[in-house]
Amino acid sequence: MAGLELLSDQGYRLDGRKATELRKVQARMGVFAQADGSAYIEQGNTKALAVVYGPHEVRGSRSKTLHDRAVINCQYSMATFSTAERKRRPHGDRKSTEMSLHLKQTFEAAVLTNLYPRSQIDIYVKILQSDGGNYSACVNAATLAVIDAGIPMRDYVCACTAGFVDETPLADLCHAEESGGGTSLALALLPRGGHIALLQMDARLHQDHLETLMEAAMTACKGVSKVLDEVVRQHLQEVSALTGE
Amino acid sequence: MFPVSHMEMYIRADLLVSGRTHAVFQCLCSMATVQVSEAEKVYILHGVRDDLRVDGRGCEDYRHMEIETKMVSNTDGSAKVTLGHTDVLVGVKAEIGKPRPMVPDEGYVEFFVDCSANATPEFEGRGGDELGMELSNTLYKVFNNRYSVDMKSLCISPGEHCWVLYVDVLLLQCDGNLFDAISVAIKAALFNTKIPKVHISEDEEGGKEIELSDDPYDCIRLNVENVPCIVTLCKVGHRHVVDATLQEKACSVASLIISVTHKGTVTCVRKVGGGSLDPESIFEMTETGKRVGKALHAPLMELLQKEESLGKKRQKVGFLEEQKVHSRKSRCETGPFPLPKNPGLGHLLCSA
Repeated sequence: MAGLELLSDQGYRLDGRKATELRKVQARMGVFAQADGSAYIEQGNTKALAVVYGPHEVRGSRSKTLHDRAVINCQYSMATFSTAERKRRPHGDRKSTEMSLHLKQTFEAAVLTNLYPRSQIDIYVKILQSDGGNYSACVNAATLAVIDAGIPMRDYVCACTAGFVDETPLADLCHAEESGGGTSLALALLPRGGHIALLQMDARLHQDHLETLMEAAMTACKGVSKVLDEVVRQHLQEVSALTGE
Repeated sequence: MFPVSHMEMYIRADLLVSGRTHAVFQCLCSMATVQVSEAEKVYILHGVRDDLRVDGRGCEDYRHMEIETKMVSNTDGSAKVTLGHTDVLVGVKAEIGKPRPMVPDEGYVEFFVDCSANATPEFEGRGGDELGMELSNTLYKVFNNRYSVDMKSLCISPGEHCWVLYVDVLLLQCDGNLFDAISVAIKAALFNTKIPKVHISEDEEGGKEIELSDDPYDCIRLNVENVPCIVTLCKVGHRHVVDATLQEKACSVASLIISVTHKGTVTCVRKVGGGSLDPESIFEMTETGKRVGKALHAPLMELLQKEESLGKKRQKVGFLEEQKVHSRKSRCETGPFPLPKNPGLGHLLCSA
Protein backbone atom coordinates (compact mmCIF):
# COMPACT_ATOMS: atom_id res chain seq x y z
CA MET A 1 0.00 0.00 0.00
CA ALA A 2 1.46 3.34 -1.01
CA GLY A 3 2.51 5.80 1.66
CA LEU A 4 2.44 3.88 4.92
CA GLU A 5 5.19 1.31 5.21
CA LEU A 6 4.10 -1.25 7.74
CA LEU A 7 7.45 -3.01 7.81
CA SER A 8 10.61 -1.16 6.86
CA ASP A 9 13.65 -2.77 5.20
CA GLN A 10 15.48 -2.85 8.50
CA GLY A 11 12.62 -4.80 10.04
CA TYR A 12 11.01 -1.99 12.07
CA ARG A 13 7.30 -1.27 12.22
CA LEU A 14 5.50 2.07 12.37
CA ASP A 15 5.96 2.47 16.11
CA GLY A 16 9.53 1.19 16.11
CA ARG A 17 8.84 -2.36 17.21
CA LYS A 18 10.28 -5.45 15.59
CA ALA A 19 7.97 -7.91 13.86
CA THR A 20 7.49 -10.26 16.80
CA GLU A 21 7.57 -7.66 19.55
CA LEU A 22 4.50 -7.03 21.70
CA ARG A 23 3.44 -3.65 23.05
CA LYS A 24 3.99 -2.87 26.70
CA VAL A 25 1.35 -4.56 28.85
CA GLN A 26 0.47 -3.07 32.25
CA ALA A 27 -2.43 -4.35 34.28
CA ARG A 28 -4.05 -3.98 37.66
CA MET A 29 -6.68 -6.13 39.34
CA GLY A 30 -9.31 -5.05 41.81
CA VAL A 31 -9.70 -1.45 40.64
CA PHE A 32 -13.33 -1.18 41.74
CA ALA A 33 -14.52 -2.06 45.21
CA GLN A 34 -18.20 -2.42 44.38
CA ALA A 35 -17.95 -5.06 41.67
CA ASP A 36 -17.27 -8.71 42.37
CA GLY A 37 -14.19 -8.64 40.18
CA SER A 38 -12.54 -5.91 38.14
CA ALA A 39 -9.38 -5.32 36.18
CA TYR A 40 -7.72 -2.68 34.06
CA ILE A 41 -5.22 -3.32 31.31
CA GLU A 42 -3.09 -1.13 29.07
CA GLN A 43 -1.66 -2.68 25.94
CA GLY A 44 0.37 0.08 24.38
CA ASN A 45 -2.17 2.86 23.88
CA THR A 46 -5.21 0.62 24.14
CA LYS A 47 -6.85 0.85 27.56
CA ALA A 48 -9.60 -1.54 28.65
CA LEU A 49 -11.59 -1.97 31.84
CA ALA A 50 -13.38 -5.19 32.70
CA VAL A 51 -15.89 -5.75 35.48
CA VAL A 52 -17.44 -9.04 36.54
CA TYR A 53 -20.63 -9.50 38.53
CA GLY A 54 -21.58 -12.95 39.65
CA PRO A 55 -22.30 -15.72 39.83
CA HIS A 56 -25.79 -14.60 40.78
CA GLU A 57 -29.36 -15.52 40.01
CA VAL A 58 -30.45 -15.04 36.43
CA ARG A 59 -31.95 -11.56 36.04
CA GLY A 60 -34.64 -10.75 33.55
CA SER A 61 -36.18 -13.68 31.75
CA ARG A 62 -36.07 -16.95 33.64
CA SER A 63 -36.15 -18.82 30.36
CA LYS A 64 -32.47 -18.11 29.87
CA THR A 65 -31.61 -20.29 32.87
CA LEU A 66 -29.67 -23.43 32.05
CA HIS A 67 -30.25 -26.35 34.38
CA ASP A 68 -26.72 -27.69 34.32
CA ARG A 69 -24.44 -24.68 33.96
CA ALA A 70 -24.13 -20.94 34.32
CA VAL A 71 -25.09 -18.44 31.66
CA ILE A 72 -22.32 -16.06 30.70
CA ASN A 73 -23.53 -12.63 29.71
CA CYS A 74 -21.06 -10.23 28.11
CA GLN A 75 -21.33 -6.66 27.02
CA TYR A 76 -18.66 -4.87 25.06
CA SER A 77 -18.84 -1.10 24.84
CA MET A 78 -16.50 1.69 23.93
CA ALA A 79 -16.34 5.08 25.56
CA THR A 80 -17.47 7.80 23.19
CA PHE A 81 -14.08 9.50 23.50
CA SER A 82 -12.08 6.32 22.96
CA THR A 83 -11.53 6.63 19.23
CA ALA A 84 -9.95 9.47 17.29
CA GLU A 85 -13.34 10.24 15.75
CA ARG A 86 -15.98 10.66 18.42
CA LYS A 87 -18.23 7.63 18.63
CA ARG A 88 -21.89 8.56 18.94
CA ARG A 89 -23.22 5.43 20.59
CA PRO A 90 -21.18 3.57 23.18
CA HIS A 91 -22.86 0.22 22.50
CA GLY A 92 -25.79 -1.26 20.66
CA ASP A 93 -24.31 -1.03 17.20
CA ARG A 94 -23.50 -4.13 15.18
CA LYS A 95 -19.80 -4.18 15.90
CA SER A 96 -20.32 -4.07 19.67
CA THR A 97 -22.95 -6.80 19.57
CA GLU A 98 -20.63 -9.00 17.54
CA MET A 99 -17.78 -8.41 19.95
CA SER A 100 -20.03 -9.21 22.90
CA LEU A 101 -20.92 -12.50 21.26
CA HIS A 102 -17.27 -13.31 20.66
CA LEU A 103 -16.41 -12.58 24.28
CA LYS A 104 -19.25 -14.82 25.41
CA GLN A 105 -18.02 -17.62 23.20
CA THR A 106 -14.46 -17.21 24.46
CA PHE A 107 -15.35 -17.32 28.12
CA GLU A 108 -17.79 -20.17 27.82
CA ALA A 109 -14.82 -22.23 26.73
CA ALA A 110 -12.70 -21.26 29.69
CA VAL A 111 -14.94 -20.74 32.73
CA LEU A 112 -16.04 -23.85 34.62
CA THR A 113 -19.70 -23.07 34.20
CA ASN A 114 -20.90 -26.50 35.27
CA LEU A 115 -20.04 -25.57 38.85
CA TYR A 116 -22.77 -22.93 38.93
CA PRO A 117 -26.02 -24.30 37.49
CA ARG A 118 -28.98 -21.97 37.12
CA SER A 119 -26.92 -18.84 37.64
CA GLN A 120 -25.51 -16.01 35.59
CA ILE A 121 -22.08 -14.46 35.31
CA ASP A 122 -21.93 -10.92 33.88
CA ILE A 123 -18.77 -9.68 32.19
CA TYR A 124 -18.78 -6.02 31.15
CA VAL A 125 -15.87 -4.62 29.22
CA LYS A 126 -15.28 -0.98 28.44
CA ILE A 127 -12.66 0.38 26.06
CA LEU A 128 -11.36 3.71 27.33
CA GLN A 129 -8.86 4.28 24.55
CA SER A 130 -8.72 2.42 21.30
CA ASP A 131 -5.49 1.86 19.39
CA GLY A 132 -5.87 -1.54 17.79
CA GLY A 133 -6.21 -4.92 19.46
CA ASN A 134 -9.51 -4.02 21.12
CA TYR A 135 -10.70 -7.59 21.29
CA SER A 136 -7.42 -8.86 22.76
CA ALA A 137 -7.30 -6.15 25.39
CA CYS A 138 -10.89 -7.00 26.34
CA VAL A 139 -10.20 -10.70 26.66
CA ASN A 140 -7.07 -10.12 28.73
CA ALA A 141 -8.81 -7.65 31.02
CA ALA A 142 -11.80 -9.94 31.39
CA THR A 143 -9.54 -12.88 32.31
CA LEU A 144 -8.01 -10.86 35.12
CA ALA A 145 -11.43 -9.66 36.25
CA VAL A 146 -12.82 -13.20 36.34
CA ILE A 147 -9.81 -14.30 38.39
CA ASP A 148 -10.33 -11.32 40.69
CA ALA A 149 -13.96 -12.37 41.16
CA GLY A 150 -12.81 -15.80 42.25
CA ILE A 151 -14.62 -17.68 39.49
CA PRO A 152 -12.72 -20.85 38.57
CA MET A 153 -11.39 -21.17 35.04
CA ARG A 154 -9.65 -23.94 33.16
CA ASP A 155 -6.72 -21.71 32.29
CA TYR A 156 -5.86 -18.07 31.58
CA VAL A 157 -7.44 -16.84 28.38
CA CYS A 158 -4.93 -14.74 26.50
CA ALA A 159 -5.60 -13.03 23.24
CA CYS A 160 -3.48 -11.32 20.69
CA THR A 161 -3.72 -10.14 17.11
CA ALA A 162 -1.32 -10.94 14.31
CA GLY A 163 -0.85 -9.63 10.80
CA PHE A 164 1.09 -10.60 7.73
CA VAL A 165 3.23 -8.21 5.71
CA ASP A 166 6.02 -9.07 3.25
CA GLU A 167 6.10 -12.76 4.18
CA THR A 168 6.62 -11.76 7.81
CA PRO A 169 4.06 -12.23 10.55
CA LEU A 170 3.58 -9.18 12.81
CA ALA A 171 2.46 -9.67 16.39
CA ASP A 172 0.11 -7.34 18.29
CA LEU A 173 -1.19 -4.91 15.69
CA CYS A 174 -1.86 -1.28 16.42
CA HIS A 175 -4.70 0.69 14.84
CA ALA A 176 -2.73 1.92 11.82
CA GLU A 177 -1.62 -1.62 11.02
CA GLU A 178 -5.11 -3.07 11.44
CA SER A 179 -6.82 -0.52 9.27
CA GLY A 180 -4.04 -0.65 6.68
CA GLY A 181 -6.02 -3.24 4.77
CA GLY A 182 -3.72 -6.17 5.36
CA THR A 183 -4.50 -9.48 7.02
CA SER A 184 -5.50 -9.41 10.64
CA LEU A 185 -5.95 -12.51 12.77
CA ALA A 186 -7.34 -12.44 16.31
CA LEU A 187 -6.66 -15.45 18.48
CA ALA A 188 -7.74 -16.33 22.01
CA LEU A 189 -5.67 -19.08 23.54
CA LEU A 190 -5.61 -21.20 26.67
CA PRO A 191 -1.83 -21.31 26.97
CA ARG A 192 -1.12 -24.43 28.99
CA GLY A 193 -2.91 -26.91 26.79
CA GLY A 194 -2.53 -24.82 23.67
CA HIS A 195 -6.29 -24.87 23.05
CA ILE A 196 -7.80 -22.14 20.94
CA ALA A 197 -10.95 -20.50 22.30
CA LEU A 198 -11.55 -18.12 19.43
CA LEU A 199 -10.01 -17.66 16.02
CA GLN A 200 -11.02 -14.92 13.67
CA MET A 201 -9.37 -13.69 10.51
CA ASP A 202 -10.32 -10.91 8.10
CA ALA A 203 -9.02 -10.23 4.61
CA ARG A 204 -7.37 -12.60 2.17
CA LEU A 205 -4.47 -14.82 3.01
CA HIS A 206 -2.83 -17.62 1.05
CA GLN A 207 -3.42 -20.95 2.78
CA ASP A 208 0.32 -21.64 2.97
CA HIS A 209 0.77 -18.68 5.24
CA LEU A 210 -2.01 -19.56 7.66
CA GLU A 211 0.14 -21.95 9.70
CA THR A 212 2.91 -19.39 10.18
CA LEU A 213 0.46 -16.70 11.11
CA MET A 214 -1.24 -18.86 13.70
CA GLU A 215 2.10 -19.87 15.16
CA ALA A 216 3.08 -16.22 15.52
CA ALA A 217 -0.23 -15.39 17.20
CA MET A 218 0.10 -18.34 19.58
CA THR A 219 3.61 -17.32 20.58
CA ALA A 220 2.41 -13.77 21.21
CA CYS A 221 -0.46 -15.09 23.35
CA LYS A 222 1.95 -17.15 25.42
CA GLY A 223 4.01 -14.00 25.96
CA VAL A 224 0.92 -12.17 27.17
CA SER A 225 0.01 -15.05 29.47
CA LYS A 226 3.36 -14.70 31.24
CA VAL A 227 2.64 -11.04 31.94
CA LEU A 228 -0.88 -11.78 33.18
CA ASP A 229 0.41 -14.54 35.43
CA GLU A 230 2.92 -12.10 36.91
CA VAL A 231 0.17 -9.55 37.54
CA VAL A 232 -2.02 -12.10 39.31
CA ARG A 233 0.82 -13.31 41.51
CA GLN A 234 1.80 -9.78 42.43
CA HIS A 235 -1.80 -8.89 43.25
CA LEU A 236 -2.12 -11.93 45.49
CA GLN A 237 1.11 -11.03 47.24
CA GLU A 238 -0.07 -7.47 47.84
CA VAL A 239 -3.45 -8.54 49.14
CA SER A 240 -2.13 -11.26 51.42
CA ALA A 241 0.66 -9.03 52.74
CA LEU A 242 -1.73 -6.23 53.58
CA THR A 243 -4.43 -8.37 55.11
CA GLY A 244 -1.83 -10.32 57.02
CA GLU A 245 -0.61 -7.23 58.86
CA MET B 1 9.43 17.71 47.43
CA PHE B 2 8.34 14.61 45.57
CA PRO B 3 6.03 14.56 42.58
CA VAL B 4 2.52 13.62 43.58
CA SER B 5 0.62 11.34 41.31
CA HIS B 6 -2.88 12.47 42.15
CA MET B 7 -4.38 15.21 44.17
CA GLU B 8 -6.62 14.85 47.17
CA MET B 9 -9.01 17.37 48.53
CA TYR B 10 -10.51 17.91 51.88
CA ILE B 11 -13.54 20.12 52.18
CA ARG B 12 -14.58 21.46 55.52
CA ALA B 13 -17.37 23.90 56.26
CA ASP B 14 -19.06 25.01 59.43
CA LEU B 15 -22.13 23.48 60.94
CA LEU B 16 -25.60 24.66 60.19
CA VAL B 17 -28.55 25.23 62.47
CA SER B 18 -31.08 22.40 62.20
CA GLY B 19 -34.15 22.65 60.01
CA ARG B 20 -37.86 22.06 60.54
CA THR B 21 -39.77 18.96 61.58
CA HIS B 22 -41.09 16.99 58.72
CA ALA B 23 -42.49 13.54 58.07
CA VAL B 24 -39.95 11.10 56.73
CA PHE B 25 -40.60 8.71 53.91
CA GLN B 26 -38.40 7.01 51.41
CA CYS B 27 -37.65 8.78 48.16
CA LEU B 28 -37.55 6.94 44.86
CA CYS B 29 -34.10 6.85 43.46
CA SER B 30 -33.38 5.94 39.89
CA MET B 31 -29.77 5.11 40.64
CA ALA B 32 -28.45 1.83 41.97
CA THR B 33 -30.43 1.32 45.13
CA VAL B 34 -29.41 -0.14 48.43
CA GLN B 35 -31.82 -1.72 50.83
CA VAL B 36 -31.90 -0.04 54.21
CA SER B 37 -33.78 -1.54 57.12
CA GLU B 38 -35.99 0.50 59.44
CA ALA B 39 -33.51 0.25 62.29
CA GLU B 40 -30.71 1.51 60.06
CA LYS B 41 -32.86 4.42 58.92
CA VAL B 42 -33.55 5.44 62.50
CA TYR B 43 -29.85 5.16 63.29
CA ILE B 44 -28.91 7.38 60.37
CA LEU B 45 -31.61 9.92 61.23
CA HIS B 46 -30.54 10.19 64.83
CA GLY B 47 -26.94 10.51 63.81
CA VAL B 48 -27.61 13.29 61.33
CA ARG B 49 -29.67 15.11 63.92
CA ASP B 50 -26.56 15.23 66.10
CA ASP B 51 -24.34 16.18 63.15
CA LEU B 52 -22.59 12.82 63.11
CA ARG B 53 -22.98 10.70 60.03
CA VAL B 54 -22.33 6.99 59.73
CA ASP B 55 -18.77 7.44 58.49
CA GLY B 56 -18.00 10.14 61.04
CA ARG B 57 -18.35 13.19 58.80
CA GLY B 58 -20.24 16.32 59.68
CA CYS B 59 -23.32 17.32 57.71
CA GLU B 60 -21.36 19.55 55.35
CA ASP B 61 -18.26 17.46 54.78
CA TYR B 62 -17.34 15.79 51.54
CA ARG B 63 -15.83 12.38 51.30
CA HIS B 64 -12.28 11.79 50.21
CA MET B 65 -11.99 13.14 46.67
CA GLU B 66 -9.28 12.32 44.17
CA ILE B 67 -8.83 14.14 40.91
CA GLU B 68 -6.51 13.34 38.06
CA THR B 69 -6.41 14.95 34.64
CA LYS B 70 -5.12 13.90 31.23
CA MET B 71 -6.14 10.28 31.53
CA VAL B 72 -7.07 9.55 27.93
CA SER B 73 -4.79 10.76 25.19
CA ASN B 74 -7.33 10.58 22.36
CA THR B 75 -9.25 13.47 23.85
CA ASP B 76 -8.49 17.16 23.97
CA GLY B 77 -8.98 17.15 27.72
CA SER B 78 -9.95 14.55 30.27
CA ALA B 79 -10.28 14.10 34.01
CA LYS B 80 -11.11 11.35 36.45
CA VAL B 81 -12.74 12.04 39.79
CA THR B 82 -13.18 9.54 42.60
CA LEU B 83 -15.50 10.65 45.38
CA GLY B 84 -15.73 7.89 47.97
CA HIS B 85 -16.65 4.95 45.76
CA THR B 86 -18.16 7.04 42.97
CA ASP B 87 -15.91 7.00 39.90
CA VAL B 88 -16.44 9.38 37.01
CA LEU B 89 -14.33 9.80 33.88
CA VAL B 90 -14.91 12.81 31.63
CA GLY B 91 -13.47 13.27 28.16
CA VAL B 92 -13.72 16.50 26.14
CA LYS B 93 -13.37 16.45 22.38
CA ALA B 94 -13.38 19.62 20.34
CA GLU B 95 -14.65 19.42 16.78
CA ILE B 96 -15.34 22.02 14.14
CA GLY B 97 -19.00 22.45 13.36
CA LYS B 98 -21.60 24.89 12.22
CA PRO B 99 -22.82 27.38 14.81
CA ARG B 100 -26.44 27.54 15.84
CA PRO B 101 -28.56 29.86 13.68
CA MET B 102 -29.74 31.90 16.68
CA VAL B 103 -26.24 32.69 17.86
CA PRO B 104 -23.91 32.68 14.84
CA ASP B 105 -20.90 34.07 16.68
CA GLU B 106 -20.73 31.48 19.42
CA GLY B 107 -19.68 27.87 19.72
CA TYR B 108 -21.58 25.41 21.89
CA VAL B 109 -21.16 22.52 24.27
CA GLU B 110 -22.83 19.12 23.99
CA PHE B 111 -23.14 16.79 26.95
CA PHE B 112 -23.49 13.05 26.91
CA VAL B 113 -23.62 10.90 30.01
CA ASP B 114 -22.96 7.19 29.65
CA CYS B 115 -24.05 5.14 32.64
CA SER B 116 -21.98 2.08 31.92
CA ALA B 117 -22.79 -1.43 33.03
CA ASN B 118 -19.58 -1.33 35.08
CA ALA B 119 -21.45 0.56 37.77
CA THR B 120 -24.24 -1.92 38.21
CA PRO B 121 -25.70 -4.75 36.10
CA GLU B 122 -29.00 -2.83 35.94
CA PHE B 123 -27.35 -0.42 33.51
CA GLU B 124 -26.75 -3.10 30.92
CA GLY B 125 -28.07 -2.47 27.43
CA ARG B 126 -30.55 0.38 27.60
CA GLY B 127 -30.95 0.24 31.38
CA GLY B 128 -28.63 3.15 31.99
CA ASP B 129 -30.19 5.41 29.37
CA GLU B 130 -32.83 6.87 31.67
CA LEU B 131 -30.39 8.00 34.30
CA GLY B 132 -28.00 9.17 31.60
CA MET B 133 -30.68 11.36 30.02
CA GLU B 134 -31.62 12.85 33.38
CA LEU B 135 -28.00 13.67 34.16
CA SER B 136 -27.26 15.20 30.77
CA ASN B 137 -30.47 17.26 30.79
CA THR B 138 -29.51 18.70 34.16
CA LEU B 139 -26.02 19.47 32.86
CA TYR B 140 -27.51 21.34 29.91
CA LYS B 141 -29.58 23.42 32.32
CA VAL B 142 -26.58 24.15 34.52
CA PHE B 143 -24.44 25.35 31.62
CA ASN B 144 -27.22 27.13 29.76
CA ASN B 145 -26.08 30.66 30.46
CA ARG B 146 -23.67 33.14 28.99
CA TYR B 147 -21.11 33.10 31.75
CA SER B 148 -20.19 29.50 32.58
CA VAL B 149 -18.20 28.77 29.46
CA ASP B 150 -17.18 31.65 27.23
CA MET B 151 -18.91 30.59 24.01
CA LYS B 152 -17.59 33.54 22.04
CA SER B 153 -14.04 32.22 22.38
CA LEU B 154 -15.18 29.07 20.60
CA CYS B 155 -16.10 30.95 17.45
CA ILE B 156 -13.88 30.57 14.39
CA SER B 157 -15.72 32.46 11.71
CA PRO B 158 -19.19 33.83 12.54
CA GLY B 159 -22.03 32.00 10.88
CA GLU B 160 -19.83 29.36 9.30
CA HIS B 161 -17.47 27.58 11.67
CA CYS B 162 -17.20 27.24 15.37
CA TRP B 163 -15.79 24.85 17.91
CA VAL B 164 -18.21 22.34 19.35
CA LEU B 165 -17.11 20.86 22.64
CA TYR B 166 -18.38 17.34 23.18
CA VAL B 167 -18.22 16.64 26.88
CA ASP B 168 -18.63 12.89 27.44
CA VAL B 169 -19.16 11.68 30.97
CA LEU B 170 -18.54 8.04 31.75
CA LEU B 171 -19.94 6.72 34.99
CA LEU B 172 -17.82 3.84 36.22
CA GLN B 173 -18.95 3.33 39.78
CA CYS B 174 -22.03 4.62 41.52
CA ASP B 175 -21.98 5.37 45.23
CA GLY B 176 -24.26 8.34 45.57
CA ASN B 177 -23.75 12.00 44.81
CA LEU B 178 -23.23 11.69 41.09
CA PHE B 179 -23.87 15.34 40.27
CA ASP B 180 -21.11 16.70 42.44
CA ALA B 181 -18.52 14.27 41.13
CA ILE B 182 -19.59 14.91 37.53
CA SER B 183 -19.44 18.68 37.87
CA VAL B 184 -15.99 18.62 39.45
CA ALA B 185 -14.78 16.26 36.75
CA ILE B 186 -16.21 18.51 34.02
CA LYS B 187 -14.50 21.54 35.49
CA ALA B 188 -11.21 19.67 35.69
CA ALA B 189 -11.55 18.32 32.17
CA LEU B 190 -12.39 21.74 30.73
CA PHE B 191 -9.41 23.20 32.54
CA ASN B 192 -7.28 20.50 30.97
CA THR B 193 -8.70 21.00 27.46
CA LYS B 194 -6.33 22.24 24.83
CA ILE B 195 -8.02 23.41 21.63
CA PRO B 196 -5.66 23.80 18.67
CA LYS B 197 -5.35 27.27 17.19
CA VAL B 198 -6.98 27.78 13.85
CA HIS B 199 -5.81 29.80 10.86
CA ILE B 200 -8.36 30.73 8.27
CA SER B 201 -7.04 31.27 4.81
CA GLU B 202 -9.07 32.44 1.81
CA ASP B 203 -8.51 30.79 -1.51
CA GLU B 204 -9.20 32.25 -4.97
CA GLU B 205 -12.93 31.60 -5.17
CA GLY B 206 -13.52 33.17 -1.81
CA GLY B 207 -14.02 29.86 -0.04
CA LYS B 208 -12.47 29.61 3.38
CA GLU B 209 -9.97 26.98 4.30
CA ILE B 210 -9.33 26.07 7.87
CA GLU B 211 -5.90 25.01 8.95
CA LEU B 212 -5.21 23.56 12.33
CA SER B 213 -1.90 24.36 13.85
CA ASP B 214 0.45 21.35 13.93
CA ASP B 215 2.29 22.41 17.03
CA PRO B 216 0.81 20.57 20.04
CA TYR B 217 1.68 23.49 22.31
CA ASP B 218 0.02 26.08 20.10
CA CYS B 219 -3.44 25.89 21.58
CA ILE B 220 -6.04 27.93 23.35
CA ARG B 221 -7.12 27.10 26.87
CA LEU B 222 -10.57 27.64 28.22
CA ASN B 223 -11.27 29.98 31.07
CA VAL B 224 -12.96 27.80 33.67
CA GLU B 225 -13.24 30.48 36.35
CA ASN B 226 -16.99 30.71 35.96
CA VAL B 227 -17.73 27.01 35.50
CA PRO B 228 -20.16 26.10 38.26
CA CYS B 229 -19.92 23.21 40.64
CA ILE B 230 -23.02 21.30 41.58
CA VAL B 231 -23.83 20.64 45.22
CA THR B 232 -26.46 18.08 46.10
CA LEU B 233 -28.17 18.48 49.44
CA CYS B 234 -30.31 15.66 50.79
CA LYS B 235 -32.88 16.32 53.43
CA VAL B 236 -32.51 13.65 56.08
CA GLY B 237 -34.92 14.12 58.97
CA HIS B 238 -34.78 17.73 60.11
CA ARG B 239 -31.38 18.51 58.72
CA HIS B 240 -29.75 18.31 55.33
CA VAL B 241 -26.50 16.69 54.36
CA VAL B 242 -23.96 17.35 51.67
CA ASP B 243 -22.49 14.45 49.68
CA ALA B 244 -24.92 11.77 50.74
CA THR B 245 -24.04 8.12 50.38
CA LEU B 246 -26.56 5.67 48.95
CA GLN B 247 -27.70 4.69 52.45
CA GLU B 248 -28.37 8.31 53.41
CA LYS B 249 -30.17 8.90 50.14
CA ALA B 250 -32.47 5.98 50.91
CA CYS B 251 -33.44 7.67 54.17
CA SER B 252 -33.96 11.10 52.71
CA VAL B 253 -37.18 12.82 51.81
CA ALA B 254 -35.98 14.77 48.83
CA SER B 255 -32.86 16.49 47.55
CA LEU B 256 -31.95 19.84 46.19
CA ILE B 257 -29.41 20.27 43.43
CA ILE B 258 -27.81 23.67 43.25
CA SER B 259 -25.03 24.77 40.96
CA VAL B 260 -22.81 27.55 42.23
CA THR B 261 -19.97 29.49 40.63
CA HIS B 262 -16.91 30.72 42.47
CA LYS B 263 -18.50 34.10 43.08
CA GLY B 264 -21.51 32.53 44.70
CA THR B 265 -23.80 33.00 41.69
CA VAL B 266 -26.40 30.30 41.32
CA THR B 267 -27.01 28.98 37.80
CA CYS B 268 -29.51 26.22 38.42
CA VAL B 269 -31.67 24.95 41.26
CA ARG B 270 -33.63 21.74 41.04
CA LYS B 271 -35.53 19.71 43.53
CA VAL B 272 -35.38 15.99 42.92
CA GLY B 273 -36.92 13.10 44.73
CA GLY B 274 -40.36 11.89 45.60
CA GLY B 275 -40.96 13.82 48.81
CA SER B 276 -42.04 17.40 49.35
CA LEU B 277 -40.07 20.20 50.96
CA ASP B 278 -41.35 23.26 52.75
CA PRO B 279 -40.07 26.64 51.57
CA GLU B 280 -38.06 27.25 54.78
CA SER B 281 -36.06 24.09 54.19
CA ILE B 282 -35.43 25.01 50.59
CA PHE B 283 -34.18 28.42 51.64
CA GLU B 284 -31.84 26.95 54.24
CA MET B 285 -30.58 24.31 51.86
CA THR B 286 -29.92 26.95 49.23
CA GLU B 287 -27.88 28.97 51.70
CA THR B 288 -25.84 25.93 52.70
CA GLY B 289 -25.40 24.93 49.07
CA LYS B 290 -24.12 28.37 48.15
CA ARG B 291 -21.67 28.37 51.01
CA VAL B 292 -20.36 24.88 50.38
CA GLY B 293 -20.24 25.35 46.62
CA LYS B 294 -18.35 28.60 46.89
CA ALA B 295 -15.80 26.97 49.19
CA LEU B 296 -15.27 24.17 46.68
CA HIS B 297 -13.86 26.29 43.89
CA ALA B 298 -10.73 27.79 45.38
CA PRO B 299 -9.05 24.55 46.50
CA LEU B 300 -10.08 22.88 43.24
CA MET B 301 -8.46 25.54 41.07
CA GLU B 302 -5.37 25.55 43.24
CA LEU B 303 -5.13 21.78 42.89
CA LEU B 304 -5.56 21.83 39.13
CA GLN B 305 -2.97 24.53 38.70
CA LYS B 306 -0.54 22.69 40.92
CA GLU B 307 -1.04 19.48 38.98
CA GLU B 308 -0.48 21.34 35.74
CA SER B 309 2.64 23.03 36.99
CA LEU B 310 4.21 19.64 37.66
CA GLY B 311 4.17 19.17 33.91
CA LYS B 312 6.27 16.26 32.76
CA LYS B 313 7.41 15.33 36.25
CA ARG B 314 3.92 14.14 37.11
CA GLN B 315 3.54 10.39 37.11
CA LYS B 316 0.37 9.40 35.38
CA VAL B 317 -1.23 6.84 37.57
CA GLY B 318 -4.90 6.54 36.76
CA PHE B 319 -6.25 3.09 37.39
CA LEU B 320 -2.83 1.58 37.80
CA GLU B 321 -2.41 2.94 41.31
CA GLU B 322 -2.29 0.72 44.36
CA GLN B 323 -5.42 -0.73 45.87
CA LYS B 324 -7.38 2.10 47.41
CA VAL B 325 -8.86 -0.02 50.14
CA HIS B 326 -5.58 -1.37 51.30
CA SER B 327 -3.27 1.58 51.05
CA ARG B 328 -5.28 3.86 53.28
CA LYS B 329 -2.38 4.37 55.63
CA SER B 330 0.09 5.40 52.98
CA ARG B 331 -2.37 7.84 51.44
CA CYS B 332 -2.93 9.75 54.66
CA GLU B 333 0.75 10.13 55.27
CA THR B 334 1.65 11.41 51.84
CA GLY B 335 -1.25 13.83 51.58
CA PRO B 336 0.34 17.16 50.69
CA PHE B 337 -2.45 19.35 51.96
CA PRO B 338 -2.91 20.49 55.54
CA LEU B 339 -5.54 18.49 57.35
CA PRO B 340 -8.74 20.27 58.32
CA LYS B 341 -9.04 22.06 61.65
CA ASN B 342 -10.37 19.02 63.45
CA PRO B 343 -7.60 16.43 63.18
CA GLY B 344 -9.83 13.58 64.32
CA LEU B 345 -12.26 14.22 61.51
CA GLY B 346 -9.43 14.58 59.04
CA HIS B 347 -8.21 11.08 59.71
CA LEU B 348 -11.69 9.71 59.35
CA LEU B 349 -12.04 11.51 56.06
CA CYS B 350 -8.86 9.79 54.93
CA SER B 351 -10.04 6.32 55.64
CA ALA B 352 -13.63 6.74 54.47
